[in-house]
Amino acid sequence: MAFNYDQYLRVEKMPTLWCWGCGDGVILKACIRAIDKMGWDMDKVCVVSGIGCSGRFSSYINCNTVHTTHGRTIAYATGIKLTRPDAHVIVVAGDGDGLAIGGNHTIHGCRRNIDLNFILINNFIYGLTNSQISPTTPQGMWCVSAQNGNIDPTFDACKLAIGAGASFVARESMLDPKKLEKILVKGFSHRGFSFMDIMSNCHINLGRKNKMASAMENLAWIDSITIPLKKWEALTPEEQLNKFPTGVLREVVQPEYCDMYEMVIEAAQGKRGKITQDDFAKKI
Amino acid sequence: MAREVISTGNELAAHAAFDAGCMFFGGYPITPSSEVMHEMSDLLPTVGGKFIQMEDEIAGISVALGASMAGTKSMTATSGPGISLKAEQIGLAFIAEVPLVIVNVMRGGPSTGLPTRVSQADIGQAQYPTHGDYASITLCAGSLEECYTQTVRAFNLAEKYMTPVFMLLDETVGHMHGKAVLPDLEEIQAKNVTRKRFDGPKEEYKPYKAEMNEPAVLNPMFEGYRFHFTGLHHGETGFPTEDAAQCQFNIERLVGKINTVALENDGLDDEADYEEFMMDDEPEVILIAYGSISRGAKEAVVKLRADGIKAGLFRPIVLWPSPAKKLKEIGDKYKKIFITELNMGQYLKEIERVMKRDDFATLHKANGRPIAPLEMVAKVKEMF
Repeated sequence: MAFNYDQYLRVEKMPTLWCWGCGDGVILKACIRAIDKMGWDMDKVCVVSGIGCSGRFSSYINCNTVHTTHGRTIAYATGIKLTRPDAHVIVVAGDGDGLAIGGNHTIHGCRRNIDLNFILINNFIYGLTNSQISPTTPQGMWCVSAQNGNIDPTFDACKLAIGAGASFVARESMLDPKKLEKILVKGFSHRGFSFMDIMSNCHINLGRKNKMASAMENLAWIDSITIPLKKWEALTPEEQLNKFPTGVLREVVQPEYCDMYEMVIEAAQGKRGKITQDDFAKKI
Repeated sequence: MAREVISTGNELAAHAAFDAGCMFFGGYPITPSSEVMHEMSDLLPTVGGKFIQMEDEIAGISVALGASMAGTKSMTATSGPGISLKAEQIGLAFIAEVPLVIVNVMRGGPSTGLPTRVSQADIGQAQYPTHGDYASITLCAGSLEECYTQTVRAFNLAEKYMTPVFMLLDETVGHMHGKAVLPDLEEIQAKNVTRKRFDGPKEEYKPYKAEMNEPAVLNPMFEGYRFHFTGLHHGETGFPTEDAAQCQFNIERLVGKINTVALENDGLDDEADYEEFMMDDEPEVILIAYGSISRGAKEAVVKLRADGIKAGLFRPIVLWPSPAKKLKEIGDKYKKIFITELNMGQYLKEIERVMKRDDFATLHKANGRPIAPLEMVAKVKEMF
């Protein structure tokens, strides 16, 4: 039997505001299937989004939803999660949202390892505002804010997340929705900060001016730059250039922030001594 | 039973928040407000409350707003540069009607200005901290006691009117150390306001379905009443809209739920919006001052009286919306009025607007130093 999305969607908000052929809808559906696999009570789920095409993500899922300001998703979500550690919090942000204006919050969300499920919808462009360069726009592409071609170096979001200490880091594109769903389930199941770089298309505002004006051409390009981790590891550094490994890139058990905060409460209530370096495996 | 304590203004603001039922603090260190944060990090976990120091000022208010959205009483504290950074999130709090207490311990500006010195130059910023149309509630403490009582009040107003509330201290009041007599704790707690909630059928819940001049009714998250927060203009269910009539109604309601209500009810609650000091024997001159320098103004009043000039002091506590009715009354009744502030005349503009006159004697300073009572006395004497 076909999967019934309606029970998870705010059906009265359909159709979405996204363009024909946009990958955001594929990610929305994969996210809903992953939530279904998790068996979560939707009253206990919160979806937080920012500004940009991805910002509308939260309004379509029938749960507790927050459409925040540009770049601040993780900070708002941290307040929600810390207040209600029993809740399941999904954060959705675009590449501009999560890596440019909100980059600082991404770093520190990863560092704290708070149990947020962060979906970075990475379409390599500011789509909603008509094609300005984002931190992931490839060098040499044309955008309205780079009229002579983009010279800004391209950001590897997952390297940032790993460097900042996220305990689960994965990358997938929306080309294979089944794989995407599996990655999301893994991320949702992980206790700690789950960073998921999900590559998506924007043939309208990235593709049109960069020789991939149809969704299919844009998707073919994404396919050409994403390589499963095992295969990617076998490549020479020259071959790895401008290509991104997909799959789970990091999965480790690390103390989660809300759990660690329980130590603070216990110390404040005299149920244990003050927190010392001995409470942590990693000592400096 | 009243409580005698030895403390500072900043610490008392934190204790007030705690006693008002605040269970979440998010912030970022900044002089001269950091002690509010220090104290909260100590107090909150003792009752299972949450404290977090964030990576920047913007995150400091965002995390606090997230907590308030989830349903808890929440607070942030900062100083002028921090408010400048938090401005956009304050706007979201206004339009999405998320209660939050924002303590601003004022220092000299603009920009980095005078980080460790006193000023009252954020009065205008507190009225219009962010872009767009809205109305702000701003309280200003003039003593250690008020750092406590007005912060409690700020929480109650935030929850009642579903809005961010500014609690202004200045560096002098914030760092002043001394004895304060605080009201009975049980009395305070008995009057604590918690935001209204909708208990009807879930499918009938419309968080932003509010009459003109009424606040939204936002239930805590995760209890089955699902809805949508957004910084976009929204209709009664909380979802974005660009409907012209709805957008106009939204703004009129946001402004009206504070300004119109305060005007019609002569204030936002039944507590004092101002103090009248030595004003009950027909003074010849009225001094107007608020915050820390109102303390010097009180001394000036006593000195003036000793010198044979019958003076009185009017001290606003609620700065926004201004106690307009009382100010107008004073403007109509007294010929000689002297206004002093630690800025270049930010509240003077409001007094001129309300009293519809501009023939005041004034003493304004913006050099990070307090104004001495004798300076005020000299200036007032020039009027005679």
